[in-house]
Amino acid sequence: MNGEPVIEVKGLQKSFGELQVLKGIDTVIHKGDVVFVIGPSGSGKSTFLRCLNLLETPTGGQILFEGTDITDPSNDINLHRRKMGMVFQQFNLFPHLSIMKNLTIAPIKLLGKSKEEAEKTAYTLLERVGLANRANAYPNQLSGGQKQRIAIVRALCMSPDVMLFDEPTSALDPEMVGEVLNVMRDLANDGMTMVVVTHEMAFAKEIATRVMFMDGGYILEENTPAELFGNPQNERLKSFLSKVI
Amino acid sequence: MPQWLQNLADRFYTNFISENRWKYIADGFVVTVEVTFFAVLIGIILGFLIAVIRSTHDKTGKLKIPDFICKVYLTVIRGTPSVLQLLIIYFVVFGSVNISKVLVAIIAFGINSGAYVAEVIRSGIMSIDKGQTEAGRSLGFTYAQTMIYIILPQALKNVLPALGNEVIVLLKETSICGYIALQDLTKGGDIIRSRTYDAFMPLIAVAFIYLIMVMLLQRLVAGLERRLNSSER
Repeated sequence: MNGEPVIEVKGLQKSFGELQVLKGIDTVIHKGDVVFVIGPSGSGKSTFLRCLNLLETPTGGQILFEGTDITDPSNDINLHRRKMGMVFQQFNLFPHLSIMKNLTIAPIKLLGKSKEEAEKTAYTLLERVGLANRANAYPNQLSGGQKQRIAIVRALCMSPDVMLFDEPTSALDPEMVGEVLNVMRDLANDGMTMVVVTHEMAFAKEIATRVMFMDGGYILEENTPAELFGNPQNERLKSFLSKVI
Repeated sequence: MPQWLQNLADRFYTNFISENRWKYIADGFVVTVEVTFFAVLIGIILGFLIAVIRSTHDKTGKLKIPDFICKVYLTVIRGTPSVLQLLIIYFVVFGSVNISKVLVAIIAFGINSGAYVAEVIRSGIMSIDKGQTEAGRSLGFTYAQTMIYIILPQALKNVLPALGNEVIVLLKETSICGYIALQDLTKGGDIIRSRTYDAFMPLIAVAFIYLIMVMLLQRLVAGLERRLNSSER
């Protein structure tokens, strides 16, 4: 069931000044894994995710991406980020660019693709998420759910090896959550390696291959969704689950 | 022809037609436009550079020394009157060299306006949500690429009205060129006044010309704004 390791995290620590948010995280994410990270607010789960592509610079430990230590400053992080797609809670589409340009700017400028080629890829992906007719719209003309689907496609246009989701549905109206989860479900079924920070427990149960429970800067429990939700061992996990489910 | 109209026509003739006095205004107009145009150019380039240096320093903590130099520059330029800056550049900095006064004015006003443009553009850069930088960086863009493709286009659009305002202020500010005996539009009108002892005609004419230039600039900026906004409703 386990493919080769994509991301190896070794003793990862992160402090903001005096405040230590991550106190030593060890885990391995394999190819094809769909890892969900759950935990209370302030547990460090978003910081953990943002450390994986160095949006936050770790203050200790190592992160190996496809065998390369990306925490080593001599490795160009920009090259590695091309292969790590990221989806944000607040979508962060580029409001001054049309949807098509949002999707093609990175492949054209960074991967050296031709405009035609990049647009063709973008168009295929847009059709997959059902937004091909909005290619010439601007982000502000879209609903939250549509924006987030576009944001996912924008990351996919770089053909990443892993996708990081930072609470992708937390800023959405409830009736728009489903359309975004559908896209993520499709991705998971296609075998995309995914790390998802979320509060959508039911969704985690459904598509995760593994769930991590974080609190206080540590991973307290890590297991298959059936085991973790059905038979939690850690006391804090038990109390967390009793509150959210 | 009624007497008052005849009077007005006579005064118009003395002030503008006789001895080709209109040329003071025409030549002055050219100088004013020249100085404003090139000073704006210098101001925008300088302001841009400073804004990028300062916001890079604010965001990443790098570029400590350039940032310090920029801060000194901003403090000095914004802390002293522009007339004085013009006088210093003409009589002190270029005191011992033979240099065109137009060039001196361009340099002085360019340096002056750079300080104000810098703060305008910097406020634009800082107003862009942090998420935009993160989205750019997460795709693999470098800091510079993120700045060029994502942050600056949005920042410039946001500060366009303020930049337009800065150009208008600069255009009118050039009327102090007379302090270094450079014959700009204002000085031209004033020379006519000193020749004809008629203040009303030449000064009102000059005021009118400034007003029209400013109105044209306002229309230009409004048009630009409209065009940039049409992309994003």
